[in-house]
Amino acid sequence: MITFKGVHKWFKNLHVLNDINLHVTPGEVLVVCGPSGSGKSTLIRTINQLEPINEGTLIVDGMDLSDKKTDINKLRAEVGFVFQQFNLYPHLSVINNITLAPIKIRKTPKAEAEEQAMALLERVGLAEKRDAYPLQLSGGQQQRVAIARGLAMQPRIMLFDEPTSALDPEMIGEVLAVMKDLARSGMTMVVVTHEMGFAREVAHRVVFMDYGVILEEAPPNEFFGNPQHERAQQFLRQLLTPMQCECP
Amino acid sequence: MEQFFNISVISDNFTYFMIGRFPHGPLGGVGLTLYLAVISCILSFFGGLILGLLSISRMSIIRYPALAFINLIRGMPLLMVIFWMYFLMPALFGKVAENNTVIMALTLFTSAYMSRIVVAGIDGIPKGQTEAAISTGLTHWQAMRYIVLPQGLRNMIPSFVNQFVSLIKDTSLAFIVGVSELTHVATQINNRTMAFPTEIFVFIAVVYFILCYAFTSLSRWLEGRLAWRKAI
Repeated sequence: MITFKGVHKWFKNLHVLNDINLHVTPGEVLVVCGPSGSGKSTLIRTINQLEPINEGTLIVDGMDLSDKKTDINKLRAEVGFVFQQFNLYPHLSVINNITLAPIKIRKTPKAEAEEQAMALLERVGLAEKRDAYPLQLSGGQQQRVAIARGLAMQPRIMLFDEPTSALDPEMIGEVLAVMKDLARSGMTMVVVTHEMGFAREVAHRVVFMDYGVILEEAPPNEFFGNPQHERAQQFLRQLLTPMQCECP
Repeated sequence: MEQFFNISVISDNFTYFMIGRFPHGPLGGVGLTLYLAVISCILSFFGGLILGLLSISRMSIIRYPALAFINLIRGMPLLMVIFWMYFLMPALFGKVAENNTVIMALTLFTSAYMSRIVVAGIDGIPKGQTEAAISTGLTHWQAMRYIVLPQGLRNMIPSFVNQFVSLIKDTSLAFIVGVSELTHVATQINNRTMAFPTEIFVFIAVVYFILCYAFTSLSRWLEGRLAWRKAI
């Protein structure tokens, strides 16, 4: 479904992705974690080419992203993306946020698009908010609408870039619940997150990155129970018991 | 001087101040000022929008000429642009009405300034909005059209209003090429009556003020009507 082969990326002199090799199979839920600046957000953003890669091969849903002839807009329509900052369109109501892309790109008739959007809102538990504007919603509600918007194009892959990092603690649960539901429905998902509970429960595989390199790649039980790399051990210690961090 | 402020020079010539010799002759006075302002305003809105979008095009063959044009116009006095159009347009297109040469000059001049407002307005929209739009499969142009511009234009309104108020006042420069808008009419009446320059020019100052104030009030009302902002 998604294949990285020797992918490199630089921001000026900064080597953000260093020889990434990764394969995601259909229906797999992959969690990417790592300290900030490790390149995990960049990694997920290359998958729908919000960040172009400089070297290597990246194949997503059968389309080769390194090939100039690939229609990038067509690819993006097949890949849903959920942002840390939600990025809902503040000038459009919830329902119009969701129906915009289906109407403009798939040329779905308005009534049909709204019907589908309502089904998605039902699924994320926000049907009564159809005519609200994004800024009238709480962070957790906004993120659930953003997930519904991502699903509106009926994507084959969903990408989540730290979907709960901008949320108040009590709102994280409602967003994770929607994501779990999605994972169980068989959606192929790549999730950048620090929610280790989520990773343990629904991920099929966890990838740990630092300095643009994939340091560890293992099923969650193995990764949490017995991390191999020293950097991963340190990271997990700090994440699970932040008060006892070994500050230098 | 029998009276400190002689109102009769205004009242005797009121119709002439307002509409010139219309309907027996061409439109003039306040009517022509408004005509010049409204037409140039509408044209320079679109001109500014197009120039602004061209000047941030990702294709340098489009971007550089647009930027060069904007900088050229911004580096010239408006009066010179008016002269340019007055002499240049007839040379290029044959006979062109004076009114139209002035509209052309005002449009070019204001568009150049408006284009920078448009660019600033677009830059002011968070990058995440475009990213969200293109990540659902929209093209860059569709993201601009449906997501960035509707929000950006809302933020541009106060700057647009500034520019248009300037434009209303700039129409007074048209008097230099003999277009009989309000200022031209005022100088005519002043030359004819000789004795009342204070009355005449205070009067037209008030008229310009009312025009500009009405315009700013209108735009404030318009701003208030754009509903999504109320949600914040």
